[in-house]
Amino acid sequence: MESNPMVKKPDLTTIKTFLLGGRSSYGMVFTVLLYMLLLAIGFVYLYPLLFMFVTSLKSPTDLLNPMVQWVPTSVYLGNYEKALRVLDYSTTLVSSILVSVLPSLITAAVCSLVGYGLARYRFTGKNILFGLILATFIIPAQNTVIPQMLMYKDLGLLGNILALILPAMFGQGYRSAIFILIFYQTFLSFPKVLEEAARLDGASDLRIFFQVALPAAAPAFIISIIFSTVWYWNETYLTVIFLEGGIQTLPMQLAKFTQAYENLYPPGMVNIFDRLNEAVKLAGTFLNILPLLVMYFLLQKWFVESVDRSGITGE
Amino acid sequence: MTERKPFRFRGIGLRTRESLYGYGFVFLWIIGFVVFTMVPLVQTFFFSLNQVTVTATGIDLRPVQWDNYSRALVTDPTFVGLLIEYVIETLVSVPIAIIFSLIIALFLNLNFKFKGFFRTIFFLPVVITSGPVIQELTAQGATSVPGVANMGAITEFLSTLPSYLSNPVEYLLTSFILILWFSGVQILIYLSSLQKIDKSVYEAASIDGASAWESFWKITLPSLSTTTIINAAYTIITLSHFSENKVIKYIYSQTYAVQGGIGYSSAMSFLYFFVLLLLLAVTFLVLSPRREQRR
Repeated sequence: MESNPMVKKPDLTTIKTFLLGGRSSYGMVFTVLLYMLLLAIGFVYLYPLLFMFVTSLKSPTDLLNPMVQWVPTSVYLGNYEKALRVLDYSTTLVSSILVSVLPSLITAAVCSLVGYGLARYRFTGKNILFGLILATFIIPAQNTVIPQMLMYKDLGLLGNILALILPAMFGQGYRSAIFILIFYQTFLSFPKVLEEAARLDGASDLRIFFQVALPAAAPAFIISIIFSTVWYWNETYLTVIFLEGGIQTLPMQLAKFTQAYENLYPPGMVNIFDRLNEAVKLAGTFLNILPLLVMYFLLQKWFVESVDRSGITGE
Repeated sequence: MTERKPFRFRGIGLRTRESLYGYGFVFLWIIGFVVFTMVPLVQTFFFSLNQVTVTATGIDLRPVQWDNYSRALVTDPTFVGLLIEYVIETLVSVPIAIIFSLIIALFLNLNFKFKGFFRTIFFLPVVITSGPVIQELTAQGATSVPGVANMGAITEFLSTLPSYLSNPVEYLLTSFILILWFSGVQILIYLSSLQKIDKSVYEAASIDGASAWESFWKITLPSLSTTTIINAAYTIITLSHFSENKVIKYIYSQTYAVQGGIGYSSAMSFLYFFVLLLLLAVTFLVLSPRREQRR
């Protein structure tokens, strides 16, 4: 697949030089190939989403009808009504937002501090510190989770959102290492001149950080908060262990969808059309990612342009 | 007040002052690392050397030395199998994720119409890959290559292969989209490296008569070698931390099982961690000598 667009070009001398760096046309053959490949890959990417969305609109009769593949006979919203009830949507949505936004705000704040310290100050042991930061990214959660859980249990924090906020406050939030590196790269790329000028004017280090460095790092903040929110939203391993019995997030509720469904609609009690089927499950799944999709389409320029705005690479 | 501050520290030397402020900025993180990572890690290791029973008052420890480890590796019928499966699946997924994210990044680095539209599609998975969502989609068969995995000829062909060959192929067919979905961040990382390559190098090469094909292999790929290592490591780590990972699910289920317990699951966690490190080391070794040759 990779070689196709490239192989084509030696016999089309005009487009040779433009393939990797030019800004004029690539030639007809290459353009057609490019769009075909893009459409193919794009379809493969979107296939699960399309499948999910279409299936979630199917009525029970459509599901059983083998003739109905991609176009339901009618738009049936009953699956969504059920899924909304099963997921206890309004409550879980609010707690999901809290559980993902609060820790990510704190993570971004703390990581900016650490990243600034690493980028602007020379001190011994910095390389060790980088190694340890990388280690926090590599160490699997299950290697630390049980003592953490026991600690929270002693503190009475299980089921409390503080169990996620506390590590974030000390820079140990979910995937904090990546955000530290983002801030490190960002601050490293700034010229030091402004900060030195402020220092000559007698500003203290903390004041320089807050008034000179931080405002310039706004893009890094937005990117960190967005990614952190998404990752916290989608994280289920830790949330299940720390929050179970207390706050219910959307993914947690989705994970036990079958059980919750059968509590609401006991299998023996309801007629065959109200039994749990894949359409209801996929409606639940779709409701689960809907807030993220909305956020993505509102903020997509930040997702896709984050490359240009901060050194997201962890070099 | 603020004016005097820098001068007050002059007495202890600029270098020391700088160090102190530096430590000040990373101080929170160091405390957090000790409390939330290092101590729990050591404690988990300690648990793994014990038979741990949870009682009403707390936890009961009975030292068993390396018994938990030998049990996981020798006695347990499932753990080693799952571990091998995980290694094979990771080794299959990583090259695919890398190649695809590179191709897509190369595409997105070009200029064409509707680029924004395609970019939106390719980054979409970053937003939606959570354990339960993936689990539902896989359960409904939405993550296999459309139409391919269910084709009679292919299942027929697979059944003729020995299982150590057919399992990875089957995994590939049923989880192909999943592997692609895990490439979102990698595309971003590749794109940013592509944009950092100096355009004038390409111009110089084309003046010297190099075709775009040649400059791709001689300029683009070599400059991406570090990025490829980062991306491979990132892919391995994300796949290994994913909450639907079978090994993780097994370890989790054993934590609360009567037969298992905290001690046993801690031992398995460390074995898993060790395998993960091994995979990272192998990836690093495989990918870095190539860089030496090309440069």
